[in-house]
Amino acid sequence: MDFRLSDEHEALRKTVEEFAREVVAPVAEHHDRTEEFPYDVVRQMGEMGLFGLPFPEDYGGMGGDFLALCLAIEELARADSSVAITLEGAVGLGSMPIYRFGSEQQKREWLPQLCRGEALAAFGLTEPGGGTDAGNPRTRAVLDGDEWVINGSKAFITNAGTDLTRLVTVLCRTGERADGRPELTSVLVPVPREGFRASRKYSKVGWHASDTRELVLEDCRVPAESVLGDRGRGYAQFLSTLDEGRVAISALAVGLAQACVDESVRYSREREAFGAPIGSYQGVAFRIADMQLRTHVARLAYYDAAARMAAGAPFKREAAMAKLYSSTIAVDNARDATQVFGGYGFMNEYPVARHWRDAKILEIGEGTSEVQRLLIARSLGLPV
Amino acid sequence: MNIVVCVKQVPDTWAEKKLSPDDKTVDRVGVDGVMNELDEYAVEEALRIKEALSAQGGGGEVTVLTMGPDKSVETIRKALSMGADKAVHLVDPALHGSDALATSYALSKALGTIEHDLVILGVESTDARMSVLPAMLAERLGASQLTFARKVEVGTGTVKIERQTDSGYDVVEAPIPAVVSVVEKINEPRYPSFKGIMAAKKKPLTTLTLADAGIEADNVGFAGSGTEVTDFAARPPKQAGQIVKDEGDGGSKLADFLAQQKFI
Ligand SMILES: Cc1cc2nc3c(=O)[nH]c(=O)nc-3n(C[C@H](O)[C@H](O)[C@H](O)COP(=O)(O)OP(=O)(O)OC[C@H]3O[C@@H](n4cnc5c(N)ncnc54)[C@H](O)[C@@H]3O)c2cc1C
Repeated sequence: MDFRLSDEHEALRKTVEEFAREVVAPVAEHHDRTEEFPYDVVRQMGEMGLFGLPFPEDYGGMGGDFLALCLAIEELARADSSVAITLEGAVGLGSMPIYRFGSEQQKREWLPQLCRGEALAAFGLTEPGGGTDAGNPRTRAVLDGDEWVINGSKAFITNAGTDLTRLVTVLCRTGERADGRPELTSVLVPVPREGFRASRKYSKVGWHASDTRELVLEDCRVPAESVLGDRGRGYAQFLSTLDEGRVAISALAVGLAQACVDESVRYSREREAFGAPIGSYQGVAFRIADMQLRTHVARLAYYDAAARMAAGAPFKREAAMAKLYSSTIAVDNARDATQVFGGYGFMNEYPVARHWRDAKILEIGEGTSEVQRLLIARSLGLPV
Repeated sequence: MNIVVCVKQVPDTWAEKKLSPDDKTVDRVGVDGVMNELDEYAVEEALRIKEALSAQGGGGEVTVLTMGPDKSVETIRKALSMGADKAVHLVDPALHGSDALATSYALSKALGTIEHDLVILGVESTDARMSVLPAMLAERLGASQLTFARKVEVGTGTVKIERQTDSGYDVVEAPIPAVVSVVEKINEPRYPSFKGIMAAKKKPLTTLTLADAGIEADNVGFAGSGTEVTDFAARPPKQAGQIVKDEGDGGSKLADFLAQQKFI
């Protein structure tokens, strides 16, 4: 057993670390304040091939794997969670379902432009009426001749309203199954399109530079062949998409947690109180030691889930544990880092304040912490 | 056109740099190594020249050459993952302690084993900051010397550069073969893609010892160096700054200070 990254993964991690430090970090505060989508950063990420990391070269990808994507997300999150979630949403939620479940023609049509980062895809599952109970959507698609007619709305959809957004996969109710449960189908909606509207951006607590929209579909018509994979497969598709996505969110949380450690170490060596650096007091130093400990354990948890995924082994429970633990400790580290910074930690222009605001959503998105506990408990055979 | 880019691994720009007390050389063991930043611009420029020429149907390869301990392979890999075609690594314990003079000799010998029309380097390394290597190398190779380039244009049999000066730039043109050193204004180095990183693994890497390159041991290392570090001391701690209170004459006080320090 060897927990070290391969030379190639380590080289990629270093490259993205450099990119995050040189390109992402210097403009993070600006985008956080203005809530502008960082088009210039995204363009450069596209040129580096980050949006194509886990896909084969044949579809315009980089020929890497899911771990490669996770490492890039972790390093970006050390600088700016908004940029990291933009990549995670675009690749993990946007492109991945096309690659996993799409027809050959759908893959050929969409993946090359998505891999270049010239187009962004979004995944619309959550509705205003509920996200945890995602298997029960109100959005309907009805076949009318050779077209689907979609009506409904989706809530909190990442990357759904940028100038680069070209595709939104929408989970729709398309009928009823024999067992009385709804028949769910993922329908590809190329955008912009008549009947599709991405409403105003939400005013969010964090992730200011990430694009999050409510979507309204009113008699939105798409060709019958816009079904992702097969009709009625929507439920299984999103469950598996979320299993993978959780590993990526875990990587994002680890990046944020590490950023909190790095900032705290730097600050506590410089900042003085009572004539000595605050890092010389155990009350501060031990707190930071604990932050590093948690970050390390969380990182091992997501490496393990990613390694299982790469080996084709079951990883559902490990993904849930990695997501649950790393999002929890990201919030802990962000809270502790702001404490280390004292009053400055409460000032928006300090990265730790941004990390503090950016951390909370990690316990909510792609399955709340309660959902992760449900999954873990069920995997243990508990009747919950 | 065949281009060789000389790259050097230096201690991480962000790390504290130290000299080892034993032999007064830069401590390269205890710190992370990175490609000398200016060399990234050199690699980028070589790749751009090659890409522009190949768009016009021209051929040629970009080779990276580095002299340094085993660890320097990391820097070679980075240049290869940016897109260089192959690499030559000059590595031999006898090279340790070489100054600029000895290094230029060793590199010129290694260059003798690689077909080249153009040699591109950064104007200086962030650890030694001598900025003499390009000139010494051109002299040893008997090649044209074009330094401080902020723009490079390749013609037929010639190279033309804009040479950065304090007040602007000079246009300098010279026949090939030539040694060109570049400043950071010249371009924006690319970040390697994962595809590039994977491809780098499969690119040819030749390792040369002194004997392979025909280097005479007497001319390199401490013995072959023309300079010697006799002593060194840690930088003194930062002095407290001087605070100028503006009592209506703040401007002239500042001007006096700057004049005193010979800034104006
Ligand atoms: C910034 C942002 C970006 C997002 N991006 C996307 C996206 O790109 N695509 C997408 O589809 N969605 C996205 N979401 C939605 C996100 O996944 C949901 O918010 C999340 O799944 C929770 O759903 P909900 O908000 O409807 O909460 P609810 O489902 O209403 O849950 C409310 C509370 O009840 C708890 N709860 C619910 N059921 C149970 C139960 N059975 N047992 C115990 N507790 C339970 C929950 O854990 C939670 O604490 C995003 C959200 C945000 C804020």
